[in-house]
Amino acid sequence: MKALLIDFGSTYTKVTLVNLDPPALVGTSRAPTTIETGLLDGLNKALEAFSPEQLDGITVKKACSSAAGGLKIVAIGLVPELTVKAAREAALGAGARVMATYAYTLSDEELDEIKELDPDLLLLSGGTDGGDRKNILENAARIAESGLSVPVVVAGNKSAASDVKKILEKRIPHVVVTRNVMPEINVLQVEPARRAIRELYLQEITKAKGLDVIQQEVGLAMPTPLAVMKAGELFNKISGKEVVIVDVGGATTDVHSFCDGRPRKSGIVLKGLPEPFAKRTVEGDLGMRVSLQTLLEVIEENDDLHALREYVDRIKRERSLIAANEREKYFDRIFATACIREALLRHSGQLKELFTPEGRLWIQQGKDLTEIDILIGTGGALVFADDAGSLLRAGLRLENPLQLTPRQPQLMLDHKYVLYAIGLLAEDYPETAEVLLQETLKSLGRI
Amino acid sequence: MPGNNRIVLGVIGSDVHAVGNKILEMAFEEAGFHVINLGVMVSQEEFINAAIESDAAAILVSSLYGHGEMDCRGLREKCQEAGIGDILLYVGGNLVVGKRTFDEVEELFKKMGFDRVYPPGVLPEVAIKDLKKDLGL
Ligand code: B12
Repeated sequence: MKALLIDFGSTYTKVTLVNLDPPALVGTSRAPTTIETGLLDGLNKALEAFSPEQLDGITVKKACSSAAGGLKIVAIGLVPELTVKAAREAALGAGARVMATYAYTLSDEELDEIKELDPDLLLLSGGTDGGDRKNILENAARIAESGLSVPVVVAGNKSAASDVKKILEKRIPHVVVTRNVMPEINVLQVEPARRAIRELYLQEITKAKGLDVIQQEVGLAMPTPLAVMKAGELFNKISGKEVVIVDVGGATTDVHSFCDGRPRKSGIVLKGLPEPFAKRTVEGDLGMRVSLQTLLEVIEENDDLHALREYVDRIKRERSLIAANEREKYFDRIFATACIREALLRHSGQLKELFTPEGRLWIQQGKDLTEIDILIGTGGALVFADDAGSLLRAGLRLENPLQLTPRQPQLMLDHKYVLYAIGLLAEDYPETAEVLLQETLKSLGRI
Repeated sequence: MPGNNRIVLGVIGSDVHAVGNKILEMAFEEAGFHVINLGVMVSQEEFINAAIESDAAAILVSSLYGHGEMDCRGLREKCQEAGIGDILLYVGGNLVVGKRTFDEVEELFKKMGFDRVYPPGVLPEVAIKDLKKDLGL
């Protein structure tokens, strides 16, 4: 019995072949993704790396995808720090790309903007349970009248939910009501919305994106980021360790953390909406090849800034450019370090110092990651680097004690590039997934 | 209790006096209110955001440590900006340091836009009665 796990990525289609009994990795391969000629072409190409004997006995096929732009969501709520933030967390945790978020009553301009963004799904929240009804009803009416015809997941004030559904259903083909992302002030409840998003993705959105073929052929299970997240969740569950994953890609850098992130010292007050235990952030402006302009802005000091700029300009003309010499490899290392550092900074929380009559106090916002046990690196920029360990170490070097980034985690590398496959197996074949975690995560030592 | 019985409660500024806040929460819950308690060290923005999402009828602000005047200034104006200008604002605790009479303190806070101002050590029952009256509950 074997399992074939596939990731239809935006540039590469990756496959992982796994023995289920006894659990073991058979091998991995990849080939360029073929959107134009149909995704199965790229898959078949990738499978050519295996012998017929190796491909014999496949009983399980599962795929994840970030092709065709991934799962694009627009999140809408009432107050930016409350339901908008909660809706955003829910969407990110479902493996989505959050194209934009909106607060208060949607304006005509914002509705036009949403049409322009062409999302796959709207996540509509607003109001605590029993709290504000007006906002979500108004926004539902505005969405219904706008001519938008994307599926909507409603996850707001439960006392308004059925009215919201009635308003939307007149115009919107698929409306799913689920539990409120923020049922009470400062209470986060993202799981029901995450599940509803995933179901809608499988039932409707894959069809709309032309992914239904692969769904029938190989069992499309989830967006790729969700698969990576599931691998992290499993690792956290079986090891009991607090884990962070940094995924450095060509266009984005994702960070996932699996820990409660609460204050580690007394005298620190936690403020704001609680953070989800499994938290994901996506930095759309931090990537190795697509978003270099913004990346340049966060690279503070470099002796060779001029040459670096030239290299960036060349990459802009030719996205698939591969570093040709030592100097360009060195520049790539600078990019990767900047992506890691900046993405970790944005993912983790901060302390704010307050001077009160009887001394100093601290307010914590976001997650404290200072004492997490393990940091896993993945994504092409790390997996294929000669020195992933030193890239991670450089990215972690931060002096600011008020920034709650990981301090001394054990470093690991997804060196076979199979975290997605582990995530795809996690639900139905947890033992196999566990063996793969042990087999494929390479320790890079401590920082 | 029919009608809007939702109230937002909290201790404003960098004030950490937590005991009175808990007592107020219990007393108002007991009296049939839905209390959204933000606890201690609550900023003006947090009071307002919570009141908007929960469509609250009133905000009850405590200040115990003597900086009440500074911490509370501008709250009414911010409520107006945020579209909840008509919300009831109550304040209580040890509002100011120094030797001002309570009448002076009350006038000061009413000018700042608070609907009711309470002296130190007031019993929750007094404010509960006032609030029921003000909300017609
Ligand atoms: C315990 C205490 C502390 C503890 C608090 C522990 C904690 N986490 O709760 C600690 C040691 C941390 C502390 C620190 C300070 N404290 Co202190 N503290 C007290 C003390 C002794 C008791 C407070 C208490 O719990 N009372 C019991 C509760 C039930 O009563 P309450 O808080 O007054 O609340 C009731 C009423 O006021 C009313 N109420 C309150 N708010 C509102 C709002 C509305 C709308 C309504 C209707 C009613 C209402 O209802 C509540 C319930 O019945 C008081 C003195 C006292 N006896 O009151 C000083 C006191 C409040 N502290 C004081 C001071 C100055 C400080 C400090 C600035 C400095 C210091 N050296 O102590 C720091 C400030 C820290 C900070 N950033 O907030 C002064 C305040 C002076 C002023 N405002 O004029 C007091 C009055 C002592 C004094 N006489 O000097 N304190």
